[in-house]
Amino acid sequence: MSQRYQAPFGPQGTSPIDPRLAEKLLGVALSKGGDYADLFFEYEVSGSYGYEEGILKSAGRGVSMGLGVRVRKGDATGYAYCEDFEVDAMERAARTAAQIADAGGKEPVGLAPLDTPKRYHVELYSLDVAGELKRDLLRRADEAARAADPRVSRVEASISESLREILVATSDGTMVHDIQPLIRFGIRVIAEQNGKRQAGSSGGGGRMGLEYFDQRSPEWHAKEAVRQALTMLDAREAPAGEMEVVLAPGDSGILLHEAVGHGLEADFNRKKTSNYTDQIGQRVASDLCTVVDDATLASSRGSVNVDDEGNVPQSTMLIEKGILRGYMQDRQSTEFFGGRPTGNGRRESFKSHPMPRMTNTMLLAGQDDPEEIVKSVKKGVFARKFGGGQVDISNGDFVFSLTEGYLIEDGKITAPLKGVNLIGNGPDVMRKVVMLGSDMELSDGIWTCGKEGQSVPVGVACPTVKISGMTVGGTQVG
Amino acid sequence: MTRESWDATQSRLIALGERIVDMAKKSGADVAEAVIGEGSHLSAKVRMREPELVEEAGSRSVGLRVMIGQQVAVSTTSDLSERGIRRFVEDAIELARLSQPDPSAGPPDSSLLSRREQHVELDLHDDRVDSIDGASAIGHAKRAESAALEYDARITNSEGASFSRASGARALVTSGGFRGVSRGTYASLSVHPVADDTTEGQGGKKRSGYYWTAKRHYAGLLPDDVVGREAARRTLAKLGARKVETQECAVVFDPDVARSILGLIAGCIGGGAIWRKSSYLVDRVGTKVASDLVSIVDDPLIAQAPGSRAYDGEGLLSRRNVVIEKGELKTYLLDTYSARKLGLESTASAARGGSGGVSPTTTNFVLQPGTTSPEDIVRSTKKGLYVTEMMGFGFNAVTGDFSRGAAGFWIENGEKTFPVSEVTISLNLDQMLQRIDMVGTDLDLRTSIASPTFRISAMTLAGK
Repeated sequence: MSQRYQAPFGPQGTSPIDPRLAEKLLGVALSKGGDYADLFFEYEVSGSYGYEEGILKSAGRGVSMGLGVRVRKGDATGYAYCEDFEVDAMERAARTAAQIADAGGKEPVGLAPLDTPKRYHVELYSLDVAGELKRDLLRRADEAARAADPRVSRVEASISESLREILVATSDGTMVHDIQPLIRFGIRVIAEQNGKRQAGSSGGGGRMGLEYFDQRSPEWHAKEAVRQALTMLDAREAPAGEMEVVLAPGDSGILLHEAVGHGLEADFNRKKTSNYTDQIGQRVASDLCTVVDDATLASSRGSVNVDDEGNVPQSTMLIEKGILRGYMQDRQSTEFFGGRPTGNGRRESFKSHPMPRMTNTMLLAGQDDPEEIVKSVKKGVFARKFGGGQVDISNGDFVFSLTEGYLIEDGKITAPLKGVNLIGNGPDVMRKVVMLGSDMELSDGIWTCGKEGQSVPVGVACPTVKISGMTVGGTQVG
Repeated sequence: MTRESWDATQSRLIALGERIVDMAKKSGADVAEAVIGEGSHLSAKVRMREPELVEEAGSRSVGLRVMIGQQVAVSTTSDLSERGIRRFVEDAIELARLSQPDPSAGPPDSSLLSRREQHVELDLHDDRVDSIDGASAIGHAKRAESAALEYDARITNSEGASFSRASGARALVTSGGFRGVSRGTYASLSVHPVADDTTEGQGGKKRSGYYWTAKRHYAGLLPDDVVGREAARRTLAKLGARKVETQECAVVFDPDVARSILGLIAGCIGGGAIWRKSSYLVDRVGTKVASDLVSIVDDPLIAQAPGSRAYDGEGLLSRRNVVIEKGELKTYLLDTYSARKLGLESTASAARGGSGGVSPTTTNFVLQPGTTSPEDIVRSTKKGLYVTEMMGFGFNAVTGDFSRGAAGFWIENGEKTFPVSEVTISLNLDQMLQRIDMVGTDLDLRTSIASPTFRISAMTLAGK
């Protein structure tokens, strides 16, 4: 594939990093007595296109590149980075990171290149496609939204694209290169009626090129955003208090991501700060629940061929029929817990040290008919679209906010509700999963996960889920 | 390495900005505005008295906004090699040709630009912050964490203590003739102790709390042990937290969460949200949007404050803007573009991101202190929730609907009683501000959006 933007350090770059130079830098990093060191070379190009008021109003491009050097001595980490690939600058970064240790010295193992699986199916990198094509896709979205309904008063559509080229070299002998494409489309509309205004939005993407729009056209997203805004014009105040909740398939996986995902990242369990600490082999959810973190899904936003520490992630079993089986690990936690690395060591960029992070977190399908699930609820809330969530991993309390939800009355979905927050406690809510649909869906790539100031793209998946009791943060008491 | 003098740094950054602007003009740009940023930071983290992380680096990047006629594009790069800069300018020009003419686009009128001699010295930089090394940062974090661990035997664990320092310089050079350079430092220390909750019915939950101090000047930081002990006290106070019944009640916001309510207001009075009709405050200037006790000022000219600046992201001279006066909305915060869209004048509120893009922003956005002490606010509350933490993103700026997770303490007959968690508080922001019936005296400018304690007379609390 031709590539307009190429990392200077990559195999086709202007100054490819050869293993000898990487070994030399690792040697400098370990010269003060570190136990382990790695180099993380990164070159990321991103593009953005914003369409508003019927024109392509803004377009932007960015290049960010550098080398992050990490040195570990016991549980302590030294980290430094530089933003150019001159040997002097790279050696300086290695020396700075080396300072975490203060005695002895270690030799790095000779580097052996590692092959990776091919999980991103890309015909042509979006960044290599003429801008006019992207402008045209946005124009189609804009026109479809305006044509959908006279109450639509504003439309904003955007495409962001990026290409992240990485090279990881470790003092225990791994050297691996990957090119990670990512595309994300979004549309937001505002509808007005009788002095009321509401917004609706839709979006998606993944690790692919513009062929994304063959599966989900700009028009499809436009209609979906308009549908949501018009629905919300009629939204009423939501009830307040504990009640049954049914989650629609797909993006509802946000609940998992917050309720169990973060709490099962191994760093929190190594430090015993997670409420799931020391519970391997114990029941942490109802026996309907099997949860995996799967980095192999073709072209999903959360998938990677290799993590940012040079390990190839697979599908990791976290909870099997309600029993806690494992954590998401990075190198440091794997050393602590033993076993095989799960390949969950990810970082936002060369400016950040890796941590255990999720990829695609999935609650696997159950046996129930989704329609029967709704029918079984006398009074409750049906959750369809979400704004995001957050968790306190120490006590397991988590929230997620609804941007589109409905009342369920006597087994039927009725009135749309104003946006509300739902709050629950992870282990408590997971035990209250009483029905699970056969209709598992993966989120269309829109989610970004934040942890300790670092953002990484992720996916979530789940079927229709019934929770027997959760606190709904509406305004209507009684 | 000897450190470059500040004069030399200013000249170097301005020269690079001028070179980029010239290159863009030669490549066909009618308007070119370059922003150059460089900085260095160090952060050290200690956990259970042992060093966990020391991170140190310097970084640089350049951003560029160009216009060809009224077609706009932005570009940014951290590749400052000759080839990297050339490509970054070419990218901006290529994208400007792709975008379409926007009738409101254009730089501010040159007559409005400030001159360097008009830029007030705001004392935002402290050499002492710059000189803190890894060992000293580790020392601060260790002392703070130890104070927390020694405070009480029930503090059994820790998510660590972190000490960070950052320092940065930014230059803005525009083809309209503006030249400006600013610099600033910031140091912070935070401690996160953890306690096991052995209270009946808590099933192995842990409770984590935290406390922090942050200032632009080293001397303004709270002592390490004070931060550690306060973090421990806050953590222990959460033991045994429980849900309460669903009800309507008064809600008192601790300054740390009051700030985030101010942040929501900030998002709703920016010119971009207004012309896009994406704020519930559209068409509300000159009307009552809050109770008489509410006055909010955006003031970029406070010495040593985190959000201060002498000029805005387009080069206009900074000025104090009264946004809400005794409940009445006086103005939106506008950059040149949103002012043009709304037929108004810029309030010198432009922010220019590192990537070259411009949008309105707040500087030091502050709810003016009232006359009641925070203790008296609690004392005069018969029953209600004192909120110390909020969770989630439950806010719709278009309608003002607000619903968030909350934790804190139950107030009964003017006393904080047991800790509360796993509840939500909900109401429309418009009503929330109208129902503010007490504002505290306790304002701390640790952050650029700041508020004293305040009370909302009634909100919906959802719990059991």
